[in-house]
Amino acid sequence: MNKCCCNAKLKLIYSCSGAANTGEMADQISRKLAKEGYGNMTCLASVGAHISGFVESAKRADENITIDGCSVACAKKILEHIGVTPTKSYALTEMGVEKGKTPSNEEIISKISNKIKKDLPLKADQENNAEGDKNSGCSCCSC
Amino acid sequence: MKIEILGTGCPKCKKLHELAEEAVKELGASAEITKVTDINKIIDYGVMVTPALVIDGEVKVAGKISSKEEIIKWIEEKK
Repeated sequence: MNKCCCNAKLKLIYSCSGAANTGEMADQISRKLAKEGYGNMTCLASVGAHISGFVESAKRADENITIDGCSVACAKKILEHIGVTPTKSYALTEMGVEKGKTPSNEEIISKISNKIKKDLPLKADQENNAEGDKNSGCSCCSC
Repeated sequence: MKIEILGTGCPKCKKLHELAEEAVKELGASAEITKVTDINKIIDYGVMVTPALVIDGEVKVAGKISSKEEIIKWIEEKK
């Protein structure tokens, strides 16, 4: 969670985490990106279950990023069901992964993660870039 | 009715609390308003950004100060 209401862009990452190798990889890639500071991973299932806190957070987020295993794009569609269009959405099968065939291992996870990272700025970099806005408009806290 | 204001104590959280109090007073509603500052309890609600306002367990808004009119509408819906 963000420390306070004004200090950061809220960038949420959702993974389909499906049963196939593709879902497994989507989950691992999402966790890796979150650990490396590309956003906060949050629960897609809770959004699908319409748990109000998750739904409202998705609606309020500056960016919602979906990482799906395949082109069925369940993560993307779940967000669309609550009226949120993902800022960016990825499907691993469109990035060289074959459903039911490509092994889920560290090499593939790193390779695909690196492709996504090229497309996603680090959260901290975005916050630094937003410094001007923060100083001019924020009366929220002393962060 | 139970109204909870989720937040770690920043001015926006305080403002939302004030507005909730005003809304309850204006409606003459019977409601208990509590502040939730424990980060684990906030996360349990799935709230990723504060302030947030919860009425009877349902998160009505997260990450912004809602207007008094909105809060009044939500309270009336729960009556």
